Amino acid sequence: MKQFIQDLAEKHNNQEKQLLQILREIQACYHYIPEQAIEQLSGLLPIPRTRIIGVVEFYSFLHLSPRGQYELLISDCLTDHMRGKKKLTAYLAEKLDVAVGAVRKDGLVSLDNTSCTGMCDQGPAGMVNGYALTRLDRARIDRIADLINRREPLAAWPADLFYVDDSIAKPGLLLKQPIVQGAALRSAFKRGLKATLAEIDQSGLRGRGGAGFKTAMKWAFCAGEAQSERYVVCNADEGEPGTFKDRVLLNSFAHQVFEGMTLCAAIVGARQGFLYLRGEYLHLYEYLQEILHQRRQAGLLGTNILREELDFDIDIHLGAGAYICGEESALIESLEGKAGIPRNRPPYPVTHGYLGKPTVVNNVETFFAASAIAVNGADWFAQVGTEKSAGTKILSISGDCARPGIYEYAFGTTIQTVLNDCGATDVLGVQIGGPSGTFISSQEFDRKLAFEDLATGGSVIIFNESRNIFDIVHNFTHFFAHESCGFCTPCRVGTSLLKKQVDKIYEGHGSAGDVAALEELGQLIRVYSHCGLGQTAANPVLTTLERYPELYQNKLKKISYEPGFDLDGALDIARRLAQRDDAAAHLSQVGDHD
Amino acid sequence: MTDKVKVATVSLAGCFGCHMSLLDIDERIVQLAGRVEFIRSPLTDIKRCTDCDIGLIEGGVCNSENVHTLREFRKHCRILVAVGACAINGGLPNYRNYVPLEECLGESYLDGIGVENPHIPNDPELPLLLDKVYPVHEVVKIDYFLPGCPPAADVFWKFLTDSLEGRDPSLPYELIHYD
Amino acid sequence: MTKTITIDGKTIPFEEGQTIMEAAAAAGVYIPHLCHHPEYAPHGSCKLCSVTVNGRSCTACTFPALEGQEILNDTKELNDSRRRITQMLFVEGNHLCPGCEKSGNCQLQAVGYYLNMLDNHFLHFFQPRELDASHPDVLVDRNRCIFCTLCVRASHRDGKDVFAISGRGINKRLIFNSESGLLKDTDLDVNDQAAHICPTGAILIKRTGFTVPIGERLFDDKTIAETSLDYERGDHDG
Repeated sequence: MKQFIQDLAEKHNNQEKQLLQILREIQACYHYIPEQAIEQLSGLLPIPRTRIIGVVEFYSFLHLSPRGQYELLISDCLTDHMRGKKKLTAYLAEKLDVAVGAVRKDGLVSLDNTSCTGMCDQGPAGMVNGYALTRLDRARIDRIADLINRREPLAAWPADLFYVDDSIAKPGLLLKQPIVQGAALRSAFKRGLKATLAEIDQSGLRGRGGAGFKTAMKWAFCAGEAQSERYVVCNADEGEPGTFKDRVLLNSFAHQVFEGMTLCAAIVGARQGFLYLRGEYLHLYEYLQEILHQRRQAGLLGTNILREELDFDIDIHLGAGAYICGEESALIESLEGKAGIPRNRPPYPVTHGYLGKPTVVNNVETFFAASAIAVNGADWFAQVGTEKSAGTKILSISGDCARPGIYEYAFGTTIQTVLNDCGATDVLGVQIGGPSGTFISSQEFDRKLAFEDLATGGSVIIFNESRNIFDIVHNFTHFFAHESCGFCTPCRVGTSLLKKQVDKIYEGHGSAGDVAALEELGQLIRVYSHCGLGQTAANPVLTTLERYPELYQNKLKKISYEPGFDLDGALDIARRLAQRDDAAAHLSQVGDHD
Repeated sequence: MTDKVKVATVSLAGCFGCHMSLLDIDERIVQLAGRVEFIRSPLTDIKRCTDCDIGLIEGGVCNSENVHTLREFRKHCRILVAVGACAINGGLPNYRNYVPLEECLGESYLDGIGVENPHIPNDPELPLLLDKVYPVHEVVKIDYFLPGCPPAADVFWKFLTDSLEGRDPSLPYELIHYD
Repeated sequence: MTKTITIDGKTIPFEEGQTIMEAAAAAGVYIPHLCHHPEYAPHGSCKLCSVTVNGRSCTACTFPALEGQEILNDTKELNDSRRRITQMLFVEGNHLCPGCEKSGNCQLQAVGYYLNMLDNHFLHFFQPRELDASHPDVLVDRNRCIFCTLCVRASHRDGKDVFAISGRGINKRLIFNSESGLLKDTDLDVNDQAAHICPTGAILIKRTGFTVPIGERLFDDKTIAETSLDYERGDHDG
C-alpha cells in the first residue's frame, strides 16, 4: 500500500488540491480509505489528517470502513422508484444475501442506495464500483448476482449491462446542427475575440443551469478582473434528480462543449480549465480524456492553439457523490480538494473563484450553446425563444410518458406541447426543475418554459393520475436531508426536521397543527438558508401545499394533536426485555379523549 | 368557592423540585389561596383529576404511566403548562437517553455489580419504560412553558398572577433561566 | 463624507470594508450571533445574525456594509425566526443546561434568554454524541457542539489544527487531530485560545466549573447584547 500511495501522491504532484482525486483512486483500489493511507497522505501533502477525514466523511462515495470488493449502489431517484426500484433492490439483496446499507460477511459485496444517478430515462439504475448500470430488472439482477458470486472481474462483465443510451428524442436548433471541430474557435479568431463576446452578448444567452445569469456578462466580468491568472470551469455535476442532458451532451457532443470552454478561455484570458464531472458519470471519464487528447493532437487544446498564441488546457475532476457540488462555489471548493461547502458571497467566483482567482463557472449546455453561437452568430440563436429567454432549452424528460429522453425546445414552448411530444397521458402534474424546482398541476400546462415563467435546469418528471403526491414529497424531502452539506443551521437541522414532519404526515400521524408547522418550517428554511440547496429544499412541500391544500388536510387525523413519535414503538425494547404483551404493555398513539 | 381558579399539578419523571419551588412563593401562597383552588396535586394528595383551568406539569415522559397521566391531564386542563427543564426537554432524566435502554436495564437488573437473582422485572403492574425520556410537548399539546431547574418561585408567581389577572403571561429577562 | 447605512431606521456610519456586523457593533447596535467572533474571520453558518438588507435576507457577519443599505434587525419577525433557529440548535444537540458547567456563561443559552425562548418547540433528535475526557486539562462534550467552528478557526491560528468538523448534513461531528482520534493525543494545551473560545459548554477547562455562584455568572444580570457590545468596545480600546 505504501508504494501505491506514494506513487499516487506523486502523480498528483503531492498537491493538496488534488486530495479528492487521490482519495477517489484509493477508494477504487481498496474499497475504503485505510487509516494507514490517511497517515501517509497527511505526511506527503502535507496536511492535517483531520482535513482528509473531513473530505472522506463528506462525500458519499468515500468510506472510512471497508465496502465490498463489488460496491453496489442503487439509485434512489423518484423515477427509479416509479419503475419498481424498491422491489428490485429487495430482490438483489436477497440474491446476494446482503442487507441494504451493509457489507456481506465475506466482504465480497456491499449494497446501498445512492441519490439520482442521472439515468432517469433508463432506470432503475445503479452503479458497481462507480460504473453505471442501467435498465435493471430481475433478469439483469440474476446475471449481476451471478457475476459477483463468481468473482468475475468488472472488466469481463458483458458490456450490455453498462450500456447507456443517449435517447435524443427531439433535437432542436442546437442538437440538429452540431459544429465542426474547431469551427467556433476559427470563427472567433476571425471575427475577433471582443466582437465574439459582443456576439454572445447579443445572442441573449443566459446560464443553462437554471439561474439564468447572462453568459457574456459573466465572461466580461471575469475578463475585466486585474488578476492575470483566471480559470474556466465547466459544471458537469448535474445532480438534480431527473436531469441527464449533460451526460448526453458529453457523450455525443463533447468536442463542442470543450470548444465552448476553450472559446471562453480565449475571451477571458484563462490558461487552465476544468471539467467537473459528477462521480456518477465515471463511465464517461476515459472517453472524455480521449477527446481531450484528440483535441490536443488537432491543435485545438494545449499550447499555441490554432497558432493564435492561445495556451489553454482542460483537466477532468471527478466528484464523489455530493449533490451540493453543483452549486458553483461548492464545486470550486471541491475542485480545490475540499468538502463541497458553499462559500459566503460576496465575493463571487467570477472575482474570487478557484484558488481565489477569477473564475467562470458555466453549465455544460451553456458552453455547448456558446460555441454554436460563435459559429452561427447571435441572430441565428436569438431568432428563437422569447424576448427575455433567447434560444432553446434542452430538457431531460422522464417519468410517466411513452418516450423519455432528451428534448430540445425553443423557449416559450408550453408544457402541454412537451407532454404531447413525449407521449404523456392522464397527467396529474409535472415536476419542473427537479426537487428544487416547482410542481405544477394539470391546471397549469399552458405555462411556458422561460426564465420569466418556468425557469429550469432542464429536469422534467411527469406523473400520471396513478401517482401519489405524498410519495413525491416524501422522496424529495428525504433527498434534501441527505444532501444538505450541514454548513448552516436552517438547512442542516431544518431539512432533517422537515423530513421528520413529512414522515409523520406521510405515515398518517399528522394532526391539524402539523400542516401549519410544516409550512412555517418550510418558510424558515427557504428564507434563512445559506445557499440554493436550503433555499429550495422546502419547495416540494411548499409548492404542493399551495396546490393541494385539501390533500394535506385529508391526510390529517381529525384530532387536535398527535404525538411526535411512535408511542407504542417506544415501548418495544422494554416489552421485549420484560417479555410482556399484556394490554398494559401497549400504548395507543392517540388518547381516548380526542 | 366556585369563582376560584382551579389549578392542578403533577410530577412525571421529575424530582419534585419544581413543586418545592412553587412553595417558595412563601407567604404569598396565602394571597394565592384566596383566588386559587388546588385540586389534584401532590400538595393536596387528591389523586384524580377533574376539570380545571390550569394544569402544571413537572417532569418528562419516561414510561407508559407518564403517558396516561399526561393525557388525563390534557383532557381535563384548559391550559396546560410544562414546568421546568424535565418537562421541556427531558431534563436530567434525559441523561439516560445517552445509553440504550437495553444497556440501562441490563446494568440494573442483569449484569451490574451486586445484582442477585438477575431478571428484568415483568410484573404487569409495573409501567414499561419508553426507549427514551421525552419532553411533554412531544406527547400532548402544551400551551405554555416555564423554563428553569427549577423555575424560580417568582416565575410561578408571575405566571399565575398574569393568568389570574387575565393577562397573557410573559416572563421578563431576569426570570428566564434553563438551569 | 462618511458613508452610512441605516439599521431599523437609525443612521449608522461605516468604513469601507466593514461588514454590517462590524458597523453595527461599532455603533452600539447588537445583532444576535453565535458563530461570529470579532477576532476571527466570519463564518456565516449559524444564521442568527440574519438581517433584512433592502428586502433580502443576509448574514450581517459576512455581508459588506454598502452605502445606502436599509437594514432591518430588531424586528419581531426576525427575532421570531432567530428564536426558531436557536431552538433548532437546542433540539439538534443534547443541551441539558442544569447539568452543564457552562450554564450561566453559555452564549447559546444567553441567546435563548435574549430571544425570550421558553421551550425547544421542535422534535428532539436525541442523537448521543461522544464525550472525550481523555485530555488532562480539557474536556470535550460533543453533545453541546453547534458547529460554529470557532475552535477550528482558533486552533488553526494557534498553528495546531487540533479541531475540525467532519461529516455531512445532520451527521456532522467534531474531530481531533491525532492518530487515536483522542484529544489527549493532540497538541492541545490548556492555554491555547482554542480551548477557551467555545460559545457553549462543548469545550470546557477541567477543574474550573461551578466556581462562580449562581447569580454572579456572566449572563445572570447582563444580557448577551450588553456583554457582546462591551466586548467589542473593549476590543476597540485595546
